[in-house]
Amino acid sequence: MNKEIIAAIVAGLFFGAGLALSGMADPARVRGFLDIFGGNWDPTLMFVMGGAVVVMAVAWIIQRGMIKTWLGTDFSLPPTTTVDRPLIMGSVIFGIGWGVAGLCPGPALIGLVLEPFKAGIFVISMIAGMLFFKFSRVP
Amino acid sequence: MIDLQDMMISEGLVGGIFIGIAAAIMLLAAGRIAGISGLFANAVGLVSGSTSRNFAVIFMLSLLAGAWLAQVLTGEVVSRYPDNITLIIGGLLVGFGTRMGSGCTSGHGVCGLSRLSKRSLYATPIFMVAAIITVSIINLIGGIQ
Repeated sequence: MNKEIIAAIVAGLFFGAGLALSGMADPARVRGFLDIFGGNWDPTLMFVMGGAVVVMAVAWIIQRGMIKTWLGTDFSLPPTTTVDRPLIMGSVIFGIGWGVAGLCPGPALIGLVLEPFKAGIFVISMIAGMLFFKFSRVP
Repeated sequence: MIDLQDMMISEGLVGGIFIGIAAAIMLLAAGRIAGISGLFANAVGLVSGSTSRNFAVIFMLSLLAGAWLAQVLTGEVVSRYPDNITLIIGGLLVGFGTRMGSGCTSGHGVCGLSRLSKRSLYATPIFMVAAIITVSIINLIGGIQ
């Protein structure tokens, strides 16, 4: 477990730094990226996602040849195949929220460091949204 | 016209590669998906899965530390936020939607797409298109302050 904590720290540091460097911490820029019909499209975030996906694709290729993790633990990965209503509906709702505020969870959380009051309002609302889902869920 | 002055393509690429390295470490060392919405829900105690809360909390604190370090080392990180009502509406939708859809830009968009996960190959274009339509409608009716 202790070694896993080190992995969490290193991954967290890289992720937070990457988000801050990438421009995704700026909701106005994110909305500029999403505004593809607005005539002043900002493609920066395509390079963010592209860079991350390429590196991660290599990681998945490496992972295919592994039985255990580098730390000797088992992989604990989510299912990939079942496309159901919650996946579709949830993605639509998330997308609308992302477009409204220009924030998805990662950039909102690092906003707690960069712009604490504004990001705090969003993050508290996000927790409320998660709670609402948790207690409204139809079994 | 695209304003070349305003773009941050190299910064975006470097940031993206950092995010990719982070997600790769999560996968290859910890055996997990670097999905921020799931790890955050776990850290605040809203879900319990195979990942311990301790792990999720440490990851979240490191995420904030990484952003803080980047800001200190590179100078000002720009962040232009909308008004508070917009933040509340957006936050509620993002929280609800990411739990219902089991992921956000990081889990589905970065980790899932690169894994060619069928679920993520559906989820990612859906939330991208939903976001693009939302922004277009908002701008059409006068925008957000």
